[in-house]
Amino acid sequence: METIWFCLVAVMIAAYVVFDGFDIGAGIIHMFVARTNEERRQVLLSIGPVWDGNEVWLLAAGGTLYFAFPPLYSSSFSGFYLPLMMVLWLLILRGISIEFRNHIDSPIWQPLWDRVFSGASALLAIFFGAALGNVVRGVPIDATGFFFLPLWTNFQPGQEAGILDWYTIPVGLTAFLTLAVHGAFWVSLKTAGAVQMRARAAARTLWWGLAALTVLITVLSFRIQPHLAEQYGQRPWGFLFPAIGVAGFLGMKFYGNRARDLAAFLASSTFIVGMLTSATFGLFPYVLPASPDVSLSLTVYNSAASDYGLKVGLAWWIPGMLLVAAYFVFTYRHFAGKVAVNEEY
Amino acid sequence: MGLALLLVVLKTMALRTGNEHYNRSARFWAKIFAINFAMGVVTGIPMEFQFGTNWARFSRAAGGVIGQTLAMEGVFSFFLESTFLGLFLFGEKRLGQLGHWVSAFMVFLGSWLSGFFIIATDSWMQHPVGYELGPKGEIVLTSVWALLTNPWVVWQYFHNMTASVLTGSAVMASVGAYYLLVGAHLAYGKTFVRLGVIAGCIACVVLIFPTGDGQGKMVAQHQPVTLAAMEGLFDTEQGADMVILGQPDMEKMKLDNPLKIPNMLSFLTYQRWKAEIKGLRAFPKDQWPDNIPLLYFSYHIMVGLGTIMLLLLAVSLLLLRGDALFRQPFMLWCLMLLLPFPYVATTAGWITAEVGRQPWLIYGLMRTSEGTSPYVSAGNGLFTLLGFMGLYTLLGILFLFMVHREIEHGPEGG
Ligand code: HDD
Ligand code: HEM
Ligand code: HEM
Repeated sequence: METIWFCLVAVMIAAYVVFDGFDIGAGIIHMFVARTNEERRQVLLSIGPVWDGNEVWLLAAGGTLYFAFPPLYSSSFSGFYLPLMMVLWLLILRGISIEFRNHIDSPIWQPLWDRVFSGASALLAIFFGAALGNVVRGVPIDATGFFFLPLWTNFQPGQEAGILDWYTIPVGLTAFLTLAVHGAFWVSLKTAGAVQMRARAAARTLWWGLAALTVLITVLSFRIQPHLAEQYGQRPWGFLFPAIGVAGFLGMKFYGNRARDLAAFLASSTFIVGMLTSATFGLFPYVLPASPDVSLSLTVYNSAASDYGLKVGLAWWIPGMLLVAAYFVFTYRHFAGKVAVNEEY
Repeated sequence: MGLALLLVVLKTMALRTGNEHYNRSARFWAKIFAINFAMGVVTGIPMEFQFGTNWARFSRAAGGVIGQTLAMEGVFSFFLESTFLGLFLFGEKRLGQLGHWVSAFMVFLGSWLSGFFIIATDSWMQHPVGYELGPKGEIVLTSVWALLTNPWVVWQYFHNMTASVLTGSAVMASVGAYYLLVGAHLAYGKTFVRLGVIAGCIACVVLIFPTGDGQGKMVAQHQPVTLAAMEGLFDTEQGADMVILGQPDMEKMKLDNPLKIPNMLSFLTYQRWKAEIKGLRAFPKDQWPDNIPLLYFSYHIMVGLGTIMLLLLAVSLLLLRGDALFRQPFMLWCLMLLLPFPYVATTAGWITAEVGRQPWLIYGLMRTSEGTSPYVSAGNGLFTLLGFMGLYTLLGILFLFMVHREIEHGPEGG
């Protein structure tokens, strides 16, 4: 039962990164691929009707994590207190910049919100990546089951670790580039003309940077978290997950070069799913490894809620998720196609 | 949440009469709804995170219970709302009128479901049910059904939802009265005042009786010390009076300048004039809510405003016959100035509920001081509090600015 919920939460987090990832990515490249007010409107329209629904994956995943693994939720959220608060501030700024930008036509109003939107999106991607890096590296959980991490200490992932160090920063940058490319594919899929050309070009260039960083963080991860090698050594079938990631990654190059936007977007989604599942599989059964003293780690088994709670959870979660799938299919079909340059709504 | 209901009403009238006037009204209020919604989203996310970041020990102990309702809220209502709000705001042309009505209805359903789950969470903290204590002190859920059908939740939910409807209606009536007074958008002004007054009056009645009364009985039954503090009752009395005005003096333990209705409190609580109500002195001091004057005043502000608003709305409702209301500048002024009061009453009501629950975080189970995050230092707490204060001030200013613009712009263009 615990393992089932572990997989379900992982699926929800992956869904969050794939869905909200593309609108965060669109934000990252916003300032560069769209130059005029009209072009920027186009980028915003491409995510306008869906970004809020995408962000709900974060809340739903958070809520599910909360009831299925209360000790994990409370320990990680309080331990990552400062970066999470900053994530919240960024989410607030980003949300209002999307919603408020188009209400007022003024040469100082719109450029302001464009910059806020883009900056907040970029920082969010880096913070989320760094958070993943922290989970892989491990955190200083003590006997009470809690910990607290400052933003940075000496940038060494050793005894006195901070959120940012020479391991988590590259992971953050990888997330940044991943989402930038993912968002660029989305924008080229939804727009036409100059914006589309620039987004395609951006994806092609950034791909090389992403390739270099992905190799780097793979090597670093195996050095910093010995459990990864153990886990893959014991269960070689798990190489399936990295293989999915690699396939997606090559697909991004292949379809990106041929300007097949939908295929390229699906390939980058596959890459994201592959990377996340590889990391979660590699850590299993740990959900939050403790760094000096591994025996204090939170695992799937010692942090799950009661059996009754998990069982009734399934009874409502499954129908609930079927409904969600139906809404998503409906919305994405309804808003399929390119956004018009002067769309009125 | 109140406006979501009123939007459904406007769309229904548009469908039934085929009159474009109602569609334009709906589009106008939809814009204001969208601004509110954006605020709701960005401020709601911090609240959801806050359980883990600031209340880690509480979350570790109770997450298995209240995580259920919070996750249900995400899965069942947030997706529903955000999907259909996107369709409602961006899809009127492609959906057609019936489709557009359905999306308005789904937004309403989603937001009212959301309200239910969050109120169920809060109710459980007021009156925990359906749990047992585990070996490590964790609170183990034994029945989701009990959690969702908590007797507390029934009253709290309907009291809250009617408060929301009153708030939405008051805003609508107030904007309508403003249009009538300045002589702009007259046809719309009349629609807004009419709908606002009718819906507001119904909501205000239900808000006071039976739901407010029901909430009071719940408090009397399960948190008697809170009731005593809310009412400013220091000594146990057979046939307790209801205080309309008066200032609690915590040093001398008495109420100054009281204006009272004899025996009314006993009657309202137990339907007997001479029923006994326990006063604060009957309870040990460590059970008392921490801030009794705040509790007492916020409760009285809520009830006082509720009574005043009901009177105003009832008079307006009577004047609606033959449209006399629209020719009464005095009443229109009153309606226009009504705007902030439901917000004040709602905030005061929440302060009553939450300060009244102190010193408990989960009533009878966990003290508020036992629920914090152990390693989040005061300095870090203050830092983030200041950050939120700054950001929320900015949000508040932006919100008022945007809504003001929409109101000035008026419904005609849409
Ligand atoms: C427009 C807003 C509004 C108005 C006019 C009223 N209320 Fe209220 N009341 C609320 C808005 C509200 C609220 C904000 O919605 C609360 C806070 C917590 C809750 O569940 O609902 C609440 C809570 C609340 C509680 C629970 C306190 C607790 O849990 O400790 C009681 C006993 C009442 N109300 C009683 C009344 C009575 C008797 C009213 C009329 C005369 C009244 N309220 C008017
Ligand atoms: C600690 C308490 C609360 C938490 C954690 C919380 C969480 C949230 C979150 C995360 C959202 C944004 C969802 C989205 O993206 O659409 C939201 C919106 C919403 N919340 Fe809450 N909320 C809380 C209190 C309340 C209360 C007290 C009510 C009303 C009774 C309420 C009703 C709603 C509604 C109706 C929305 C939809 C947005 C809107 O219409 O403005 N919430 N809430
Ligand atoms: C919007 C309405 C609300 C207001 C004005 C409000 C206000 C308050 C106040 C004044 C306290 C007491 C603080 C103290 O004395 O230490 C409190 C406590 C608390 N409330 Fe609320 N609250 C609201 C809604 C909610 C909701 C909907 C939830 C949960 C779903 C919630 C969860 C809590 C918790 C966990 C505490 C304990 C922490 C504390 O004492 O600060 N509140 N709230």
